[in-house]
Amino acid sequence: MIEFRAVTKRFDDGTVAVDNLDLSVAAGTITVFVGPSGCGKTTSLRMVNRMVEPSSGTILVDGVDVRGVNPAQLRRGIGYVIQQAGLFPHRTVLDNVATVPLLSGWTRRRARARAAELLELVGLPAELGARYPVQLSGGQQQRVGVARALAADPPVLLMDEPFSAVDPVVREGLQDELLRLQAELDKTIVFVTHDIDEAVKVGERVAVFRQGGRLVQYAGPDELLARPADDFVSSFVGRDRGYRRLSFVDGGGIEPAEVPTTRETALATAERAPDAWTLVLDEEDRPRGWLPPRSGPAEEAPGGGVRPGGSLYTRGTPLRGALDAALSSPSGLGVVVDEDGRYAGAVSAEEVLAAIRRRRDEAGAGAGGAA
Amino acid sequence: MTLSWLFDPAHWSGTDGIPVRLLQHLRYTLVAALAATAVAVPLGLFVGHTGRGGVLVVGGSNAMRALPTLGLVTFLFLVLGSGEVSALVALTVLAVPPVLAGTYAGIQDTDAGVVDAARGMGMTGWQRLWRVELPNALPLLLGGVRNAVLQVVATTAVAAYVGLGGLGRFLLDGLRAFDYPKMVAGAVLVAALAMVLDLLLALLQRAVVPRGLRLAARGRGRGPARVVERGRTEVAADAAMREGTE
Repeated sequence: MIEFRAVTKRFDDGTVAVDNLDLSVAAGTITVFVGPSGCGKTTSLRMVNRMVEPSSGTILVDGVDVRGVNPAQLRRGIGYVIQQAGLFPHRTVLDNVATVPLLSGWTRRRARARAAELLELVGLPAELGARYPVQLSGGQQQRVGVARALAADPPVLLMDEPFSAVDPVVREGLQDELLRLQAELDKTIVFVTHDIDEAVKVGERVAVFRQGGRLVQYAGPDELLARPADDFVSSFVGRDRGYRRLSFVDGGGIEPAEVPTTRETALATAERAPDAWTLVLDEEDRPRGWLPPRSGPAEEAPGGGVRPGGSLYTRGTPLRGALDAALSSPSGLGVVVDEDGRYAGAVSAEEVLAAIRRRRDEAGAGAGGAA
Repeated sequence: MTLSWLFDPAHWSGTDGIPVRLLQHLRYTLVAALAATAVAVPLGLFVGHTGRGGVLVVGGSNAMRALPTLGLVTFLFLVLGSGEVSALVALTVLAVPPVLAGTYAGIQDTDAGVVDAARGMGMTGWQRLWRVELPNALPLLLGGVRNAVLQVVATTAVAAYVGLGGLGRFLLDGLRAFDYPKMVAGAVLVAALAMVLDLLLALLQRAVVPRGLRLAARGRGRGPARVVERGRTEVAADAAMREGTE
């Protein structure tokens, strides 16, 4: 576990990079620090392994104040992955991966054997070990970077924009790979990114920072999307940005549930369900709106109390539509329709997010264990 | 004419023979180059590694390069008196800037991400210097040494003017005696020595520069252009150019 206690970093020129940060990163999770540039996310990360020293406050790794540990010693026990991979160009891939074990005094033979294991773990063919970094693609270099960080089997991994320098397709693959690895290895990972899509994809917990080094919200990705803490977060999470990724996930994974329904024509006599929203349909079974539950807010709206519904989600289309339907619906349930626009069921935002999570786990599965 | 002078057996023996002069020249060159390297490499490593005094080093190197060779040799000859020492000091002083600039530029040119990763993985300052920065600096460092050696070979010839031995004697004595074949032969020998030494250093460079870096240099094409582009001094660019033209 990593704890930030009232940590502030003020640079010599007076800029405050991190402002009184209190945060704890649970062991065995991927925690993402996300925010625009200049928000202090990288500085916060770099204070964990003392690449940057805080101006005040305390950082504990597994209960130990990092400032009590010799920096070199500390860093050998914490994996470190950076944006451009930072591989040593003069060393072979295998020797790059063996760096920390060698620093820690392993024999060359043992360190290389371990390095070979790691190449396999990150999905690189063994023969790449004899090559030099310049001979690898960007994605391969980044995998080597991850392998190198994992070589001494550190419990904590710091990843600073690790996938930002590779193209989006390769990035997706690397993210999936990271989730797969994490399911297997169960490290405590702090992952810095400026990309909210990446944050909600890889993060089990997401810390949103804003300029001036202030932590604005620290929550699970579902909550972050559904309930942004303030305008800054909602604009940063922004529907079109935050949900963009969902448009690539097809909607096969969700099961629409039955909800109480009533005909538009029968509204006058309609029995409202006691504590569930009732969906109003026309003759063609097309959704018209929602009727609040009897136990709900008592205000009597005109038109028999029918609230206009939100957007509709057509079955089989990308999940982005489903989440949008759920979040825009007064009942909190997104209406699912078939290709002809007829009512087919309803789905909650939680279910949509669960479906996304299942997808994520499947993508990262392989070993099948849940992260 | 020149050829017959060169192949005249009479010119291959005695205290003014080609072998003796060649060895003298070689000795001055090696002593000056080694002394300059011994001074400039540690200084360049220190400045490059710590980032302290970079401006001073670059400025100082440029200033030293601006010194007129002959003037310096003459000046030291007058100050320190005749003899080899003053000549060797002058030659060393001239050889320092290229080596210093090459070393400094080499360390500075090491990718910032690579150095950051080295730190972040728990290398101490020394480990970073020896295991990461120095290997990465080798191409430019050795480029600087090659530069220095060429300069010393050339300047040693001129230093015959203050009574130094070496191949420059053929040039100077030939000039005095209007013995043009002797002069030309001297010039040819100096050029040949320079080429042979440069070739040997090129081979050394091949042998000690890690393969990964040579591959990287090939991949990225014109390495020196990058150095210039980033606003390095002319000195650094020069040193780099030596490497680039290899």
